[in-house]
Amino acid sequence: MFLAALAVISALGTVVQRNPVHCLLALVVTLLTIAVIFIGLDAVTVGFLQAIVYAGAIMVLFLFVVWLLNLQAELRSVPGYLALKAIAGLLCAALVAELFVLLGYAPSAGGAQAAAPTDYGSIEALATTLFSDYLIAFEITSVLLLAAIVGAIALARRTPSSQAASAAVAAASARAGSQGGA
Amino acid sequence: MLIDLLIEAVKAIIVVVMVLNLAGVLLWVERKGSALIQDRIGANRASLTGLGKRMGLPNFGLVNTLIADPLKLFTKEDFVPDGADKFLHALAPFLALFPVIITFAVVPFGDVVQIGSRTITLQAANINAAALYILATIGIGVYGVALGGWSSNNRWALLGGIRATAQMISYEIGLGLAIIAIVMTYGTLDLQAMCRAQGGVWFGFLPRWGICLQPVAFLILLTAGMAESKRVPFDLPEGESELVAGYFTEYSGGKQAVFMMTDFAEIVLVAVLITVFFFGGWQVPWLYRDGFHFPGGAHLWVPQLLVAILGLVAFMIKTVAFCWLQILIRWTLPRFRYDQLMRLGWKGLVPLGLANIVVTAIVVVLGSGAR
Repeated sequence: MFLAALAVISALGTVVQRNPVHCLLALVVTLLTIAVIFIGLDAVTVGFLQAIVYAGAIMVLFLFVVWLLNLQAELRSVPGYLALKAIAGLLCAALVAELFVLLGYAPSAGGAQAAAPTDYGSIEALATTLFSDYLIAFEITSVLLLAAIVGAIALARRTPSSQAASAAVAAASARAGSQGGA
Repeated sequence: MLIDLLIEAVKAIIVVVMVLNLAGVLLWVERKGSALIQDRIGANRASLTGLGKRMGLPNFGLVNTLIADPLKLFTKEDFVPDGADKFLHALAPFLALFPVIITFAVVPFGDVVQIGSRTITLQAANINAAALYILATIGIGVYGVALGGWSSNNRWALLGGIRATAQMISYEIGLGLAIIAIVMTYGTLDLQAMCRAQGGVWFGFLPRWGICLQPVAFLILLTAGMAESKRVPFDLPEGESELVAGYFTEYSGGKQAVFMMTDFAEIVLVAVLITVFFFGGWQVPWLYRDGFHFPGGAHLWVPQLLVAILGLVAFMIKTVAFCWLQILIRWTLPRFRYDQLMRLGWKGLVPLGLANIVVTAIVVVLGSGAR
């Protein structure tokens, strides 16, 4: 409960704060909290992978991008900001409504849930499932990531004289891809 | 129930106190050790009573480094530069130290001890995905340094922070590849199980330690680990001749001491990981639960409690030895250039680590097929 509250508050912090680095840190807190929630639900492997891949690798690269693009804190509202806010508010309301409708259809907790197997969430169980039932999906994903890495390198190499920022973004996404693939 | 909780608490406290004290003592080792290497005398003045000098005993500088230095640091003005992000500036040192310290929770510092009807595992937290836990905490350790550099509102600090972040995420990959090869060798992610697997001997005399199975992974882990702890020859993030002091340029007093503490705790961490992965952890050569079995057939019975204590002592000796090795390397090698550092990380360690994994995989599959 405390963790869920922390996750929601830090997620709000991600959106509301003005300084991009503070937003990013709030997002890191959110991801780490979700990792701890995973571990609390016995999905230990998934929790640690969440911490390694998202909090440990991808968010660090985001931090890099924020630094290299030299983003400043939003100081004043741009023209048309209010209209943008109104549209965003409407869309958010629609999303919340959809969530509640879905929750209404969902089976109530503690009902007819199958008992989890004893090795639920362990790394052996995860690996067995991943490399037997979902082998094809796994292989296709790895090929897709490889293609993404090659594409990112090609994009970064083609214009060596362009701004350092765009190259850094491409390299960052390539590294993020290789982290995900590893 | 209560006593179980108490045992867990005592184990956790022992681990934290052990690490922090060792990190403090390393400060002395570093100062006197560097003096020894550079043919200087080093810290030798301060004394509490002056008795030793009157009696003609040599002064080992213990008062200088273990009492005077920390006192000086913690009583200095805690300066926060203008325009700094005050909250993050205060938070960053602790964000750097905290992940390093919690990593020690999964390190097994001894075998099980049987006291009365209770079996106590000498390990603060037995997580069966411990290797993943280590990678996760090391990954999070980047933030303290990165934010310390960013929040200081100083170009040098920011450059140091960027260098540190780039270096740490680059070498994390090499570190991860080395750990994957080790995990494949032992077939487990559990550090306690890894230590158990390293008991016994080959050919009647050679201890069954990981260094014989994975020498390449040992070199990768040592290199990447030293790069993670940001020390010479990998101290680009704080290179004094270029960046004043890098990411902690704008830190003073206690917070700077915490950053220093982090460096020493990371040395201990690398030493501990090497001990556990490659040098048998708490295993003493030829010592089993029922005593010594020397090569040649001699047998010496040892009581069970003494076996556990010997294991603990062996673990400490190995850890301290690898701490000393790192300090020796630090005072022997010059600093890398930045492009050399990146080349070593991406074009040296990563391909070597991948090749090591492929070879390990083939050997493991052939080995399990033959069985």
